Amino acid sequence: MARIIAGVSSSHVPAIGAAIDNKRTEEPYWKRVFSGFEKSKAWMAKTKPDVVIGIYNDHASAFSVEMIPTFALGCAAEFPPADEGWGPRPVPVVKGHPELASHIATSVILDEFDLTICNKMEVDHGLTVPLNLLFGSPSTWPCPVIPLAVNVVQFPPPTAHRCYMLGKAIRRAVESYPEDLRVVMFGTGGMSHQISGPRAGLINSKFDKAFLDNMVKNPKKLTQISHLEFMREAGAEGIEMVMWLVMRGAMDEKVDEVYRFYTVPASNTAVGHIILENKKRAGTAKHKRAAALRTNRDVRRGK
Amino acid sequence: MAREQHDYDDIPGTFVFDAERSRQGYGINMFCMSLMKDENRKAFKANEAEYLKKFKLSPEQTEAILKRQYNRMLELGGNIYFTAKLGATDGHSFQHLAALMTGSTQETYAKMMLGGGRSVEGNRSKSGKGKPAKAKSKASKKSGKKRG
Repeated sequence: MARIIAGVSSSHVPAIGAAIDNKRTEEPYWKRVFSGFEKSKAWMAKTKPDVVIGIYNDHASAFSVEMIPTFALGCAAEFPPADEGWGPRPVPVVKGHPELASHIATSVILDEFDLTICNKMEVDHGLTVPLNLLFGSPSTWPCPVIPLAVNVVQFPPPTAHRCYMLGKAIRRAVESYPEDLRVVMFGTGGMSHQISGPRAGLINSKFDKAFLDNMVKNPKKLTQISHLEFMREAGAEGIEMVMWLVMRGAMDEKVDEVYRFYTVPASNTAVGHIILENKKRAGTAKHKRAAALRTNRDVRRGK
Repeated sequence: MAREQHDYDDIPGTFVFDAERSRQGYGINMFCMSLMKDENRKAFKANEAEYLKKFKLSPEQTEAILKRQYNRMLELGGNIYFTAKLGATDGHSFQHLAALMTGSTQETYAKMMLGGGRSVEGNRSKSGKGKPAKAKSKASKKSGKKRG
């Protein structure tokens, strides 16, 4: 059985990608941002997921205003980096997991979430910047990634609650997949920022920190945040934090916080990052008992 | 028809890209999207007014694009992720555009961001109603008791 072992949230500021691509990560301004992800990279190297499900949004790269799917699941074998106007980012092609992705699509749609299925899709910084932050800059990404693009460009995005419930449906889908796969969910975007209009530059660290706290201890409270409150408190573009709740919905109610990081600013945005793991469960005890039984049996058989 | 009023219109300095703006601004955004291709960027720069004729734009929208009035573009249905492509075509950084939209110099804007960004205090609401959710609910409970 496949299972979700951890959830990662991270901002996906394009300027972070540009700093990596232009080798500016050692400059003091950027070092402040990147140093916050050193422990995360070590955690990721140790965790070695078999698959990542990456919840992100497209920024007028793969989708323009011609088609605006609310939830679009990437079921292709690979997803090339999109040309965002300066040529595609020099990052590896994202390899998908078509078998698990189509299993998720089937399960989640029958679970009454009407996803759009994308068999051809390019991915932009929204997905690739968090991959860099957690995996560094390898020549190929270390595991398959299933992209799930959420519309947060045209109002209204799906509600925080809807995103949370989608996370639960994705979890049910993953857990009904027969192969033993260890899956990590990425919820990306945010934190507070506004990049449009005369109010551009808005940052609300108090809101962000409370949001991080509740990602751990009271996610249900976050599901009640209205679109108006998101935009008022966290900026017109800060509303993309709804995507974190897809990740959170896929996790246990009670989780262990492994790590968090927060800094202001990266370009126009507050950078937030958190790693959550499901608590060791009764299921684990059961596995241990099963393992003990196997050992006893092996002992009896004289192995 | 006048624009339908929404609760979020109360947020100051903000043009929410909703379905109505998306419908009206389709031409602006499709024009901006066309700038993803180098040949189109060159054609636009060679003769801006002529290039814009390829898109369904109102005279106000055309004027806003030609004059690089970024807030006006948002008001008329442009979306920031799209209009940023026009800024990039002009060779501007995003922070240049942000400074322009906020009516400050890039230096002042950059300094504000380094200092922790624009505070939400005093920037929640045009009408003064936009209190943090908690304070608001407490206040309404109190006044409810008084009435009772």
